[in-house]
Amino acid sequence: MKKHIKTLTSSNLKESASKGGCGECQTC
Amino acid sequence: MAMIHKFRLHDINIVLDVNSGAVHVVDDEVFHILDYYKEKNENEIIDALKNTYEEKKLKEAYEEVKSLEKEGVLYSEDDYEYDPNFVNREPVIKALCLHVAHDCNLKCKYCFASQGDFNGTKSLMSYDMGKKALDFLVENSGKRRNLEVDFFGGEPLMNWDVVKDLVSYGQKLGKEKGKNFRFTLTTNGVLLDDEKIEYINKHMHNVVLSLDGRKEINDTMRPTLNDKGSYDLIVPKFQKLINGRKDKYYYVRGTFTRDNIDFSNDVLHFADLGFELNSVEPVVDTEDNPYALRREDLPRVFEEYEKLALEYANRKINGDKFTFFHFIIDLNQGPCVIKRLVGCGAGAEYLAITPEGDIYPCHQFVGNEEFKLGNLLDENSKMNHSKIEKFKDLHVYSKDECRNCWAKFYCSGGCHANAYNFNNDLKKPYDLGCEMQKKRIECALMIQAKIMLEGDKND
Repeated sequence: MKKHIKTLTSSNLKESASKGGCGECQTC
Repeated sequence: MAMIHKFRLHDINIVLDVNSGAVHVVDDEVFHILDYYKEKNENEIIDALKNTYEEKKLKEAYEEVKSLEKEGVLYSEDDYEYDPNFVNREPVIKALCLHVAHDCNLKCKYCFASQGDFNGTKSLMSYDMGKKALDFLVENSGKRRNLEVDFFGGEPLMNWDVVKDLVSYGQKLGKEKGKNFRFTLTTNGVLLDDEKIEYINKHMHNVVLSLDGRKEINDTMRPTLNDKGSYDLIVPKFQKLINGRKDKYYYVRGTFTRDNIDFSNDVLHFADLGFELNSVEPVVDTEDNPYALRREDLPRVFEEYEKLALEYANRKINGDKFTFFHFIIDLNQGPCVIKRLVGCGAGAEYLAITPEGDIYPCHQFVGNEEFKLGNLLDENSKMNHSKIEKFKDLHVYSKDECRNCWAKFYCSGGCHANAYNFNNDLKKPYDLGCEMQKKRIECALMIQAKIMLEGDKND
């Protein structure tokens, strides 16, 4: 348990690079 | 390059690890250790800060920073540029902005479309041309299943029968070709009536309703053709439409200018009217227009975003459904990094079609012949591929300012049209837009942090 830091969200971009890119999401 | 961005807003210290997307809320010890972390060793940092903080706490904090770095959620590297999924991507057309009307029944002062006709002649799209556009979309969409068509103008309700006929045609075409059309509509609301409201709520996946906020603000900037205000005419219609919308998306969307830099009042006015999903955008115009934003206005604009963010966070904590578009940020299942790198997809995944069948990279380029990509009626060479390649090459690594910017995975490189209009260069972003975007992202992160901290307090 960290005393000085609260993590709001940890890494998820790295994982999405290998799995993402399907292009089905909304397209300004 | 490893990169962090740290900032303090409404008494919360926030650290974003740019390349992993990790976000941390930290105390003052960590916040200041990070000023030196990459340049000095542990003893040097403690020496530099021991007059301000307890040495024991500094050592603890330093160890925690070190452990985050080891876990890959602080100072992580950017290794996406050469990722095969990014390098080998082959974008296909999946969305069209269908200009069914180059005409309008309002004359908004800041209109980029020159009161609807895009500096051309007033015209309406024929059903046949609309069908060709939907056929073109299906033919060029590869394996993509979800396709989007935004009925746009001008004012699309001025060509209502064609809108309805094209929805029917799209539904039939989708079934035949295994595609799912999502229709959206952007309207000023003047021509809304019960029949149109019912139809829109049944068939439109999303609807964007244009209004600028408080009555006096809206009526100054969005007069009718006979110079009367449009607020009293439109607001009851929007309320009726939204009441019938149930759980479907909509956005009430306004523009703020130099005349209402206190735009948080307009956003809260939307909420008071029952328009829970809303947005206001900064006007984009050159400084020869008195209402255009200038660099000297930025401190007041920032202050306004920060004020709105605090009110927004407090309302969210109290369970309010009020949603301001620019403060939405999905930290747990946001878009994949490939999507974030390429942004809006104008000219590569997204195109605009005029009533005459001309093809442009997006609605903002319509009327600029230099960017015309082709015409639906020209069977031999429908598209200018060298121009399309230029747009496919627009991403955060192809823009010098974006490559080293902490906000690149949230902003995705900004608006290509603004870059061109202000800098005559698709790869040089519009700097005022960048500054405001960065402030909005900081506010969005602060809101998430405040909600988390309040939640912890109540557990």
